[in-house]
Amino acid sequence: MQRSFWQRLSIINTYLWAFRLSVLLVVVWGSLGTFQAGCRSALTICDFKSKYAPNVWLDLLVFGLSQGSVYALIALGYTMVYGILRMINFAHGDVFMAGAYTAFYLAAAFGRSGFLNRSPLISLAAVLALAMITATAIALILERVAYRPLRRAPRLVPLISAIGASFFLEYAFRGFFGSGFQAYPEWQIFTGEWVIAGIGILRTQAVVIVASVLLMAALYTFVMRTKTGTAMRAVSEDLEVASLMGIDVDRVIVITFGIGGAAAGAAGVLYALVFKQVHFFMGFFPGIKAFTAAVLGGIGNIPGAMIGGLFLGIFESVGPILFLEGLRVPGIYPTGIPAPYQLKDVIAFTMLVMVLIFRPSGILGERLATKKA
Amino acid sequence: MALLDLESVHVYYGNIHALKGISLTVEEGEIVALLGANGAGKTTTLRTISGLLRPREGRVRLRGEPIDTLPPHVIVYKGIGHAPEGRRIFARLTVEENLKMGAYARSDAQGIRDDMDRVFVLFPRLKERIAQVAGTLSGGEQQMLAIGRALMARPRLLLLDEPSMGLAPVLVEQIFETVKSINQQGTTILLVEQNAYMALTIAHRGYVLQTGEIALSGRAEELQANEEVRRAYLGG
Repeated sequence: MQRSFWQRLSIINTYLWAFRLSVLLVVVWGSLGTFQAGCRSALTICDFKSKYAPNVWLDLLVFGLSQGSVYALIALGYTMVYGILRMINFAHGDVFMAGAYTAFYLAAAFGRSGFLNRSPLISLAAVLALAMITATAIALILERVAYRPLRRAPRLVPLISAIGASFFLEYAFRGFFGSGFQAYPEWQIFTGEWVIAGIGILRTQAVVIVASVLLMAALYTFVMRTKTGTAMRAVSEDLEVASLMGIDVDRVIVITFGIGGAAAGAAGVLYALVFKQVHFFMGFFPGIKAFTAAVLGGIGNIPGAMIGGLFLGIFESVGPILFLEGLRVPGIYPTGIPAPYQLKDVIAFTMLVMVLIFRPSGILGERLATKKA
Repeated sequence: MALLDLESVHVYYGNIHALKGISLTVEEGEIVALLGANGAGKTTTLRTISGLLRPREGRVRLRGEPIDTLPPHVIVYKGIGHAPEGRRIFARLTVEENLKMGAYARSDAQGIRDDMDRVFVLFPRLKERIAQVAGTLSGGEQQMLAIGRALMARPRLLLLDEPSMGLAPVLVEQIFETVKSINQQGTTILLVEQNAYMALTIAHRGYVLQTGEIALSGRAEELQANEEVRRAYLGG
């Protein structure tokens, strides 16, 4: 017998709909408020002298893109490892930190000798290379020591081992290199702006975006076009059958960790380029954010991780101002939320929760249930 | 010397004794059928041969050389191809990529192209679908791909696990015809089948497994004529 709409509406459904509606309401109400504050009235074209002129939005967008491409690079490591081992490598954020931190010493030495600004491109390439090599080495050691012996253990066990490895790396770096922030040297040619088609873009951000796009393109080509890349995809679909094809599964897993580590190491240097400092704990938040990005794009899916990263970066950068700045809460914040940018992490993790509830497969992912997850 | 021989192989899943001393041989050029009810140990036997399972006792030898301690990917290099139960093609890879993965163990580009053409002669349908993602193929086409993929390693011995499973009767006949012609082209085949009647029409010899032991063995005609086999597996 067909049940009526009201009978089918369970408490959980009601809650979910209320959640969706309230998020939508906040977004629409907040955005409208922001636009009204920025423009003379909601329906006229924005006045360039007002608080949020179009170029402010553009700056936010570019910052979001650069931030997002760093997330995307880290997210690739999460997603590739998950694709093959169905395991979340929670130490991946610290691999990112390790790369940036180690390369800091090389960058600082270049800075002292003046080589940094004498040949900026070569020094940047060298710093990137060192970060990638270090991060790859650490990722490979982690795989060998902390994960491979647990390959046949229940799925929770390697996860716990990963969390332990994460703390190990953080406190090892703290122990060896101190708990303070270390200031990354600045490349002079990357200070200031480049004006492209009349739009001023901070040079560091342009460098970050270009470098990440190149790395991602290289990685995507590798995975889609080479024999080893195809083997990686085959292993991620069916590890056992892949071994029946003559694929050495252990070797593919090592390569996967290595590539993920290299991407994270490069991301570390790019991140330090924007924020100009390193710290033993710097991997934690970008790591969690990149994990969010991987889930957002559909975990296990490589293009998904890239899109998820960019999406999250933009959302996080544009979102607070767009949704929250003009969010008038009667009685508490009559003119909108005062420091919305402090709430960017709230936006990011609200997105994580919403994706997990409403679309667990992510933007590009297939249904998790069809996998042997 | 036999191409493959198993000598009193015992395999356990945890505490469950799945194979209780299986001994069998496959000679070069033969089709050998492995028959039996569900749970008799047919698939377990194939998985042990290709290295996915380790025998606790006994030996598996390929041309006299023990292979039971080697990992699966090395056994492929030794010349054993395995088309596993349930097809298990790589659904997100294209037909071409699936076939190339089948040839992963080889590096002779020309030979791989030749063998791919050979697979396309056996299964012209696959050629039409070469760029298609394998998950979108029909059941029959997926089975063709699974067999084609195993052939791409150019194995001396091909292990086929239930190639007729879930296929329409017309296709079943076609698949068996193909298996026969693969054998005539020089590949030795160890065939696991529920469809005992069809299996025995193309096989030279057969073994009947019962709860992890070999209950009967003999030439295909003998087994077809055997009263017990007729009653249990051939429906009369």
